[in-house]
Amino acid sequence: MAAEKAEMDALKKECDGLRAQIEAARKAVNDGSMSAASSGVASVGRVQLKLRKTLKGHLAKIYAMHWSADSRQMVSASQDGKLLIWDCFTGNKLIAVPLKSAWVMSVAFAPSGNLVASGGLDNICTVYNIKAASPKTLRELDAHTGYLSCCRFLSDTEILTASGDTTCCLWDLETGKQKVIFTNHIGDCMSLALSPDTNTFISGACDSLAKLWDLREGACKQTFSGHTSDINAISFFPNGNAIITGSDDCQCKMYDLRADQEVICYQDTSLNAGVTSLALSSSGRLIFAGYDDFNCHIWDSLKGEKVGVLSGHDNRVSCTGVPADGMGVCTGSWDSFLKLWN
Amino acid sequence: MSSKMQSSSSIVQARRTVQQLRIEASIERIKVSKASSELMRYCGEHAKNDPLLMGIPASENPFKDKKPCTVL
Repeated sequence: MAAEKAEMDALKKECDGLRAQIEAARKAVNDGSMSAASSGVASVGRVQLKLRKTLKGHLAKIYAMHWSADSRQMVSASQDGKLLIWDCFTGNKLIAVPLKSAWVMSVAFAPSGNLVASGGLDNICTVYNIKAASPKTLRELDAHTGYLSCCRFLSDTEILTASGDTTCCLWDLETGKQKVIFTNHIGDCMSLALSPDTNTFISGACDSLAKLWDLREGACKQTFSGHTSDINAISFFPNGNAIITGSDDCQCKMYDLRADQEVICYQDTSLNAGVTSLALSSSGRLIFAGYDDFNCHIWDSLKGEKVGVLSGHDNRVSCTGVPADGMGVCTGSWDSFLKLWN
Repeated sequence: MSSKMQSSSSIVQARRTVQQLRIEASIERIKVSKASSELMRYCGEHAKNDPLLMGIPASENPFKDKKPCTVL
């Protein structure tokens, strides 16, 4: 018992020492703020996007949406128990996928366009082949012990999931088995994003931390703190060197991966609503963040200023996405509609 | 769970935390000023190809509803 207590004390002391070392190392490279550095950059002015289409078809709250890699099709998920695949050029619904469980929280389009995946309070990630005559369940990935909050395909054979059981998982779709389990968060994982080079991914959780993971090794490489509540949304800056997070603490933050720290905070005293979702424009200059206040606010990512707003939803904006070609923004809401803006 | 098992699992947990912190402490960091300037440069280089920054001509806008034209 005494030996164990001695070891615990030694480990605790080493922990405290390492945390202090990390803070000191971060401080040592903190030679100036991003907002100061960007004061010389030309302002983007007021960003006024127009509502181009309202997509009607869901009968209940929309929880998630994801663009296809073709920048034309998009899949949305609603707690009406359906996934809808839309042609966003025409506004037509192409395919409806009925769900076994209506309590969906996440949806993803495979890069090939052949598959979609969804999951939620059933704790299962279900993968559907949408190229079959009618949508066919390909796999039911059932091993998480908590809700499925987010899923993203790497390819038609691998998918990443984030769960309320605090883990993320890389699955092999050919076997339906878990390949790698990512454990380190101490709160529900709420969202994940793949790096542009697909070697790493980031996760945001209810422990208010964002973590960077090596996809193949399974190791957590870096941890980013600063938020004071659940991180609901996370995304990579297009060059893969920075990440943006959105939280229930009403703030978004940008963390630079190589400086290993927060470099800018996007906050406004008039904004008292949690951030539910976010997406970046193709250059990374604009951040589209969906809030509980029914709006999607637009931020200048370099200067940290609010530069516009997408208003029109009658309830919380639950999901936001910019297609790969950067030609617009899609917002989805608890009001059951999706809106396309550019 | 006996208290002996509880303290063992706390030790295992603490060892894992130390191991994780060692990984995170060991990375190389660049200066924030260098990181900022590279992010700014990326935005600058890609701004002209960002449709949401530059605006999209109506004729090339895939999401805009095409209204029928009437010849008067």
